[in-house]
Amino acid sequence: MARKTEIAVVGAGPAGMAAAIEAGRAGARVIVIDENQRPGGQLFKQIHKFFGSEAHRAGTRGVQIGLDLLREAEEAGVATLLDTVVYGIFSDRCLGLAREHHTEELEADAVILATGASENALAFPGWTLPGVMGAGATQTLIHIHRVLPGKRALMVGAGNVGLIVSYQLLQAGAKVVAVVEGLPAIGGYGVHASKVRRAGVPILTGHTVLRAEGREGVERAVIARVDENWKPIAGTERTLEVDTICLAVGLSPLAELAWMAGCEFRYIPALGGWVPLHDGNMETTRKGIYVAGDLAGIEEASTAMEEGRLAGLAAAQSLGHLTRERGEKKKGEVHKRLAALRMGSFGEGRAISKEQILQARETV
Amino acid sequence: MKGETETGGVRKTGIPSMKELRASPGYPGPELLARGPIAVIECVQDIPCNPCEAACRRGAIHVGNPITNLPVFYGEKCNGCGNCIPVCPGQAIFLVDMTYSEDRASVSFPYEFLPMPAKGDIVEGVNRAGEVVCRAEVLRVQKPKRFDHTAVITVAVPKELAMEVRSMKRLKREG
Repeated sequence: MARKTEIAVVGAGPAGMAAAIEAGRAGARVIVIDENQRPGGQLFKQIHKFFGSEAHRAGTRGVQIGLDLLREAEEAGVATLLDTVVYGIFSDRCLGLAREHHTEELEADAVILATGASENALAFPGWTLPGVMGAGATQTLIHIHRVLPGKRALMVGAGNVGLIVSYQLLQAGAKVVAVVEGLPAIGGYGVHASKVRRAGVPILTGHTVLRAEGREGVERAVIARVDENWKPIAGTERTLEVDTICLAVGLSPLAELAWMAGCEFRYIPALGGWVPLHDGNMETTRKGIYVAGDLAGIEEASTAMEEGRLAGLAAAQSLGHLTRERGEKKKGEVHKRLAALRMGSFGEGRAISKEQILQARETV
Repeated sequence: MKGETETGGVRKTGIPSMKELRASPGYPGPELLARGPIAVIECVQDIPCNPCEAACRRGAIHVGNPITNLPVFYGEKCNGCGNCIPVCPGQAIFLVDMTYSEDRASVSFPYEFLPMPAKGDIVEGVNRAGEVVCRAEVLRVQKPKRFDHTAVITVAVPKELAMEVRSMKRLKREG
């Protein structure tokens, strides 16, 4: 017989943990499942201080926020199942789990998918050489395995991920030879760019990597300027002596389980591609299946936590653990904090895209 | 090209231009700078963030609602305590004292690289582009627990470079 729980949360990153904490505090029986050996998702690689307001834990490093989430989850009575892969989702919200050397089923009254995102790759000659890696892999090596991936790095992409990981590489003792960005402008926060720039790293907008060269690993990178159609401009090639090329060229929602569950999707490039439709409760087009965090559209960790809270509260409310009045009040507070995170020139586009999702959900 | 004169702006180069800085409500003018130690807020983008506001107990920094507002700096209320420096997640707040001595000014900046300099060290001051522009004497290294691993380094620099020096060249690691 399948194991049963009230709420199953897939993914122990910021969104999943926040969802589990809210649902657990409301009194629901909650299990969080994650394929990694430790909970926390990417939070333990975020050693920088977060932005936002006090309510968003601004000024606190991601690592500390991760530790706090683990403690809060424990206090809220949340169970965690680590080293466990959710390989499928079947009818009536039954999850297929693979752990150790067996599989088992877990039936839940509500499922919250918080599976996060995967890094986009960039193909260029030499991209399979050892030393070419995702910026997220760089962070994992430095912060989880405490290994410096290389001594001289080229960062490809000047969004927040590229800028933050460049800074972390410097902190870890590597030299970042340059950050190249194909777009004519830096996509990440100017303050992150300024930090990296003050540390002596040139940020070359309108540049891309043409190829990586080397025999057994990366020894050089050839970069060039690109025109407005991303075509390399002949004669602008430059060779950089690097042993590592980090790719920070965007993320895509990890949506396999949501597809398998039969959720409706929309293609929204501003949110990273195919995104499951959801309503203001983060509930998808399949009843009792919720999404939160990067799976629901690529944003950042603070937004992911707020979306997680929303999903956790809504799921708990749907199972009778919160009165309608109390549930709506608490969700209203979260919506306000979410709106604050989606303001300004860096947030407006995401606010509009998320609104599109809500509207599309209503027409399904 | 020197950082100060580079005109592309923060979204092009990562270096806020003088035009962007002067247009920001956090950037003090020459009269305020002449009075003594004072915060210099180099926050030029409307990102949702406001820890600086609460960090100032004298109410010299106002963000208000919405939190994407740029911080408005009421320099006459600033006593140069520097509490706002380690709190800014963007490391965009500095402290400048034009009255430090006859020919030198002091500049305080956030710093998160090891090894740390020590008081009395002569280091290389760098501008917003990361270019070495002068030698600088380390006057103070503050890293109490409440700064949460963001040290605040204060250096003395030639007075004419007080509004250019914003960090120091990273020190070599041993071995």
